[in-house]
Amino acid sequence: MHPNSFTLPVLNLLAACLLLISFAMLSRRRTQRLITLFAWQGSILFLSTCLVAYSSGLKELYYSAALTLLLKVIALPLILHRLINRLGAEWDSETVFNIPLTMLAGLVLVIFAFGLAQPISMMATTITRNTLGIALAVILLSFLMMITRRKAVTQVIGFLAMENGLFFAATSATYGMPMVIELGIALDVLVGVFILGLFFFQIREQFESLDLRNMENLRED
Amino acid sequence: MRAITIVRQFGEVALAIAIAPLFAGWIAQCRAWLQNRSAPPLRQPYRMLRKLFLKDAALAATASPLFRLTPYVLFGTMVLAAAIIPSLATDLPFARAADAIALIGLFATARVFLSLAAMDIGTAFGSMGARREMMVGFLAEPALLMVLFNAFLLSGSTALPSLVDNYSAHPSFIDPSVIFAAVAFVMVLLAENARIPIDNPATHLELTMIHEAMLLEYSARHLALVEWASNLKLFNYACIGFALFLPWGIATHGADGGGAMLIAIAALLVKLIAAGAALALIESLSAKVRIFRAPEYLAMAFLLAVLGLLVHLLLGVR
Repeated sequence: MHPNSFTLPVLNLLAACLLLISFAMLSRRRTQRLITLFAWQGSILFLSTCLVAYSSGLKELYYSAALTLLLKVIALPLILHRLINRLGAEWDSETVFNIPLTMLAGLVLVIFAFGLAQPISMMATTITRNTLGIALAVILLSFLMMITRRKAVTQVIGFLAMENGLFFAATSATYGMPMVIELGIALDVLVGVFILGLFFFQIREQFESLDLRNMENLRED
Repeated sequence: MRAITIVRQFGEVALAIAIAPLFAGWIAQCRAWLQNRSAPPLRQPYRMLRKLFLKDAALAATASPLFRLTPYVLFGTMVLAAAIIPSLATDLPFARAADAIALIGLFATARVFLSLAAMDIGTAFGSMGARREMMVGFLAEPALLMVLFNAFLLSGSTALPSLVDNYSAHPSFIDPSVIFAAVAFVMVLLAENARIPIDNPATHLELTMIHEAMLLEYSARHLALVEWASNLKLFNYACIGFALFLPWGIATHGADGGGAMLIAIAALLVKLIAAGAALALIESLSAKVRIFRAPEYLAMAFLLAVLGLLVHLLLGVR
């Protein structure tokens, strides 16, 4: 039996799960739930990368899958959990404006992404090219999440989810990026989260909350 | 039309009427276990029905004939729906006569009658419950339709029996769009059957009631029929879910033997046990949302179903 005959439906299924999790992220209010969802997204990414590696026979992809597992399923959620514990923001929930409207906007974005990906995936030669539309939709939905959220922590989670989407796009369109670039991105993300964690403390010290609306006003002093 | 199909049809309806309270009792038992309470026995719903049937009915002085008629209409529509849904076999005279869209119309009829009856007496709680029920209903219906369209797109037919037949003829790998549709369907099922994220079936606080508030004025045999009808509704929704997402074991077109029927009954019981436990788990894990959050919840169900359609169009090309 050729491996593609069963990996392709499973990959499509995983891609659909990824999209579902992105929508779940859009609709959640609690920060801790968001981190859990982010970890789930990472584990689905790990599974799909393993599958692509298996079906294409590329050894390199196994390394990047392991990197995903280590970084996005274990390390980053752990760091974020500890961060919000230190900040005392475990039960923070935010007033997101009108979730049905956000979801509707998300739906429009998905249609846009699918339309955009159609001609690109025609040119791709990989078996997973159909999922490019979903990868693009995940990126745009994370964008939307960053735009609609006010809290610093959730914006960072949106940023990380966007990176997940980019990674998925890379594996589905071109069987992943070169290993050097992938390692670089992984390190960037890790360092980025550390630096943003420091920023959280600075922001809270300045404004006594993590709400980024405070940063929109200019202050004289 | 062959006699065997008519016998089967009656058997299916009789089974549905008989085990619908049992299904409700099973969910209540699972919930009690999950919440560390001592569970009521499985036959508790039957005991309650018997008690209610033995009592004398009391009617409000202002009740119109509509109020007295409604329990029978509700029970009748739910029995008819049970006849249409292919829960055991697909080769049934009623199941072939109406498609899933007619089925939704049937549920809507029941809802309209119950709401009118609730407003009939003129009590504040009754009309409040009726208005809430209509709000939940009009938001849940499009979501349910979208879920069904999703399944229809896969099978190319709007009838549930041909959907099941089609699946058993071409057993295929699970389609990605089905996940979205299944999640949306469970959300609609919980909302439509007055279950926990939207309504608490065990509440005693009138202000938070939706379904219960409409039944406040009913007593004795009327109440028994309404309760039985709502048990049947839950059973029917579960069977629609099985036909859409888990159509294994249902006796398909051409399978005439008694063996296929026995397998179908066993499969249905197994599925009901699993579904009841899953529903109890979902209900125990989630909290009741405020009534103003209900539109948000149902809008999510609708959007998920639409997303399922989109994903099918993108990925489901076979």
